[in-house]
This record gives sequence, structure tokens and C-alpha cells, in this order.
Amino acid sequence: MNRIITAYSVLHDNKVIVNGRLLFYQENITKFADFVKAVFKQEQFSYPKFYKMDSISKLGFLAAELVLKEKTIAGYSPLEVGMVMSNSSSSLDTDITHNETINNRSAFFPSPSVFVYTLPNIIIGEVCIRHRIKGENAFLISETFDGNLLCDYVDELFNNERVAACLCGWVEVLGDRNTAMVVLVENSEQSQVSERSGLKPMLFNAENLNFIMKRN
Amino acid sequence: MKPVYILNDNIITSLGFTTAENASSLDSGIIGIRTINDQEFYPGQIQLSLVDTVQLDLKFSAVLKVYQKNIPADSFTRLEKLFILSIHDVIKDHIVIAKNARTLLVISTTKGNINLLENRFKAIFSHKRLYLWELGRIIRQFFGFVNTPVIISNACISGVVAVMTATRFLQSGAFDHAVVTGGDIASEFVISGFQSFQALSTKPCKPFDLNRTGLSLGEGCGTMLLSTISGTAEVSPVRIAGAATTNDANHISGPSRTGEELSHAIKTVMKQAMVEPGQISYISAHGTATSFNDEMESKAVELSGLAHVPLNSFKGYWGHTLGAAGLVESVAAVFSLRNNTLYRSAGFEIPGVSAPVNVITTNHPASLTSCIKTASGFGGCNAAIIYQKD
Amino acid sequence: MDELILKLKKEVIEQLNLEETTPEDINPDSPLFGEGLGLDSIDALELIVLLEKNYGIKIEDPKDGKKIFFSIRSMAEYITEHKK
Repeated sequence: MNRIITAYSVLHDNKVIVNGRLLFYQENITKFADFVKAVFKQEQFSYPKFYKMDSISKLGFLAAELVLKEKTIAGYSPLEVGMVMSNSSSSLDTDITHNETINNRSAFFPSPSVFVYTLPNIIIGEVCIRHRIKGENAFLISETFDGNLLCDYVDELFNNERVAACLCGWVEVLGDRNTAMVVLVENSEQSQVSERSGLKPMLFNAENLNFIMKRN
Repeated sequence: MKPVYILNDNIITSLGFTTAENASSLDSGIIGIRTINDQEFYPGQIQLSLVDTVQLDLKFSAVLKVYQKNIPADSFTRLEKLFILSIHDVIKDHIVIAKNARTLLVISTTKGNINLLENRFKAIFSHKRLYLWELGRIIRQFFGFVNTPVIISNACISGVVAVMTATRFLQSGAFDHAVVTGGDIASEFVISGFQSFQALSTKPCKPFDLNRTGLSLGEGCGTMLLSTISGTAEVSPVRIAGAATTNDANHISGPSRTGEELSHAIKTVMKQAMVEPGQISYISAHGTATSFNDEMESKAVELSGLAHVPLNSFKGYWGHTLGAAGLVESVAAVFSLRNNTLYRSAGFEIPGVSAPVNVITTNHPASLTSCIKTASGFGGCNAAIIYQKD
Repeated sequence: MDELILKLKKEVIEQLNLEETTPEDINPDSPLFGEGLGLDSIDALELIVLLEKNYGIKIEDPKDGKKIFFSIRSMAEYITEHKK
């Protein structure tokens, strides 16, 4: 059975692209925090927990939110939907923040709300909570985006009938440098390509993942 | 689908440097969690299970000689030494496997070389060493693995996810063999974080006990050699008959209130292995000894129809080894299976969870055919895997 | 006391990242947990850190937190009693 990408988003360098169209761009933003906040506001998302997240979760959350705004997963049961994400620096961005709270013995105040984000898969947890996703989940690390690995991993989930739909992608933040890409993968016969924007059917394969990542 | 067998394995913890050494400590009822008062780890007293540093360095230097490496031992981090020693022990009789293009290396860790953030290491090791793929590159290069390793970092289920990932890639025919390894070290970083969560016990942890007050942290490494080709020399081949993950979709640090999601993972692996609850001989639980984890896990076990099945947590012996836990405890569970021995759940005295689970209270022989290993972690993740004799 | 209450409101908003909340939104006598601010178990632990960091007060038994962190006013009263 063919699997297709039914919606995607890419967030990078103050730019947001959803299903190939430019959704947001502001040249003059220099801080990551301002970028994600501006996107959050523009899209009129209402989710107070967003402000409690660390950078990587904020970015990944927005990427997933934009994809699922394009194409709903409401027709699936929670256990049929999976999420597989990847990046290069794991949670290093937040690791450094946690480390700053402990590297001075006279100001030793480790913070639980920082520490909880020192695991890369927390972003998966955040999106799962938001969208009631309960299926297979995993976080993979590679030096640079590895479309083949991601594709092989997700293909196995479909082949073994563990998922009927799967969010997957890349979410990387280090300081103000950031890139996120999330795609929704579905079986072609059960899915209609994005109702709103008329995304041309794209097969789910490494070539197309790399294409989405690079072109945007 | 091709069956995937466990050909060889290793555990390194406070209780020893091989599976046999660890098992012999379990036989004698030795516990590796100690009271540590060391500013290096925490400004205060703490319970930790630590690998013996003197032994680690001695053994590592010997391995450097085996591979004729002209690199000083102290150019490797503590975690890299653990990984290399553990993998070496598993493949030393199958050395060609590393250099086979059909061999996959899968590495699981939660925090990798996170101690390198500490000021005392900054001058010694490069910043790059903090990246998990760099850790993977160092391990790959040491043994000459052909393929880029797959690296899993998925909180406390990482080790089980690593075994599952390797199994799936072997079953699909993409590879013939896999070396799966999981490791994490005790660090100020992790200890301070768990302490801020008020999650650490002031005594060695007591999984499933009424008086449990939190977890004990540990460090270690576990490795398995997997293959689709059953080892001919093996007395009782053990294979991986199913594996699954689920997510609670409830809270990023607190587990599910019902245990339904972990239970779903357990039911999925039983279905995949084509076994009924009555055919499961033993459960190696996650059992961190936090109030909420053990409660959730006991509910999941009951929901899965497994309340009668003997169950233990190995964390009472060597603490919570984080990204290593899924591997270390799987190897211990497979050892139990092969040797038809059930080990007492250390620290357990009085039942302290609401669902009726059958916690093992004495070491004893039992006829075992299959075992379920479970794990759960931050981010709401759950995993279950089933090991079965042929 | 009113001064401390206002200071605490600001600190709680900052420490818990309650971005869309202003001090005026918080009734000093309303429960902090449950309905209202939508705080969870991590926030409760974070308040323990706040007391230690900003006021030098260490809560040894997290179970005491329930009473201390009932409302902004109960926090202020506890601080007044225990501040060194």
C-alpha cells in the first residue's frame, strides 16, 4: 500500500511554510523566543502550556499544530497514531540551561520545570497530550537530517500495522538557531490530501522528506 | 517474519562487569546501592549505585591492548569506556560481526556524556563530545562497525526501544545481526534534576513496597548481540517475540492514572507473540519505586490479565540506570529465563500498590518459557517487549 | 503584607511562565491549584524552589506544600513566619 505525506510544515529562519505555501515571515526577528511567540500569536493558538515549554518543545509543538490544522487526525483512534521525531543536539539547548542552575554551589537551585525538558522526547509527549496521540513513539538522533532512517523506521510501523497515521520529522534548536519539519503520513486509500490547500500527493519516501527539508 | 535471537549479552553495573558476575551477585542477594557523600555528585548525602572506577580503568586498558589502540585510556570518557567494555565482552568471540556490512549498531542513552558540561571536564574534552552522534561515532570507530549507528534517546524506555528497533530492522531483512547497547552514567546533572523532583529515596529504593519513597539512581551499560541466525552452540535459544511502545498523552512527568496505555503495549506484544496471559511465566517490571510509577504499573499489569504472574524490579539491586535500564534489565530477565530462576525483588517487604501484583520475595527455581519486560518514562512513554524460549 | 502579596504574584507568574496572566488576575485567597491557574505537579515543585531561592526557606517535606501553597496569601503568611 502506498503511503503519502498528507500535510507538512517547515519552520526555519523566521519563516514558516505549510504545504508549500509561505505562512509567516519576518526578516527582523533576531531571537528564537520572539519568532515562536509571533507565530503562536499570528495563528491565534490558545494553549497556555505553550509558554511553559522549552525551546525545542515550542518549535515542535508549533510545527505539529500547523500540520494538524491542515489535516485532522480526528478520524483515527488514539492508539493508531504514532509520532517519531529526530534531531542532532538532543536536548542540549535545555541541558545548558539546567547546568547553569547547578554549576555554582552558592546558587544551587535546580529547577524541575527546566529539568523535565532535558530529554528530547518530551516534545513527543507535549504533542501527544495536545492531540490525544497514544500510539508508537520514538526519538532518534543523527548528526544531520537522515530521511532514510526516519522513513525506514516509520515504514516498519506501517508494515507491522502499528500505526494508520504517523507524525514524523526533525526538530532542532540550539540558541537562536532552529529548524523544524513535521509531516503527517497516512495510507493513501484512507486519506484525502489536505482539503484546504490542495497539496499535491507526495509519496512518503526519503527523497521527498529531503526535498521538503531542503527546498523550504 | 524472521525470528530474532539473542546470541550473547553483557551487563556492567555496580554488581559486576559481565552478565555472570551480576547474576552471581543476584544469587547472593548483594545490593549495589550505597550511601555516597561526594561533592562531585551532589552537595549532600545521596544513594547511588556506581560502577567501580578502579576496575573499570584496569579492564578498559586491557581492552585497548586487545585492539592494539595507541590511544591513552583517559582520552575516553567514563561512558565511552562503559560502552566499549560492554560491547567488547559481547562480540569478543564474534569479532568479525562488527565489520560485517549486514550488522547494525543501535545505541541507547538518555544523557550521553552529559558530565562534560561540568567545568572540570571542559578543558579535557571538546564540546562536540556532548553530541550523542559523536558518542556513536567514537564507538563505531573503535570497533570498525561498517554502518552508522542508530541512536535512540527516548527517556527511560530508550533501552527497550533500542532492542525493539534492532529487532524490527532484522525482521524486515535489512540486516542479519545487531549489536544493541544502552548506557548512562551517574552525574551531578541527573542527580540534581531528580532531587529537584523530590524523586530520590534516602534509603536504597523499595519497588512496589508500601514504604517506598522514591528511586535510587544508578549507572551502567547493557549490550545484546541479536541475530536472525540462531546460535548453534546455545543450550536454550531465546528470541524476541514482540515489542511495542505507547504514549499516555496525559502529563510530561506524571504517569497515566489508569495504566491503560502501558497495558495496551503489553497486550500488543502478547498478541504479536501469539501467547495468552496464562502463558507468561515472569514479568521484569520497570519498578522505579516512585509512588506513581509503581501504582500505574501495577494497574497496567492487572488490566493485562497478568496479576498472577511473578514480577520483580531489578532497580532494588543497581538502581535506575536510565537509558541503560531497558538493556541491563532485559539481559537480567533473559538470564532468568535461560536459567529457570526467579530473583527476589530487592527492597520489597510489604505490598504497597493498589492492584494485586505477584512480587517475587525469594530467589527460587521455576520453569520459565516467556518473559515480559516493561518500561515507562518522562514524556508519557511506555514500552513492553517479550522474550521467549524456542 | 499587601506588598509581599503583590511581589509574590509577580514572582509566581515569572517562575511558572504564566505568560497570559497578570497580577490583577490572581485573587490572593483563591486556590492556586485545581481550577484557575491550571497549575500542575511540576509547578508545585517549582514553588518549593521559589521559596528556597528567593526567601531562603527550605521545605523538607513536600507534603507540607499543600497547605503552604494553597493560595498566594497562605504563601505570604508562611514566608512572614519563617523568613530568616
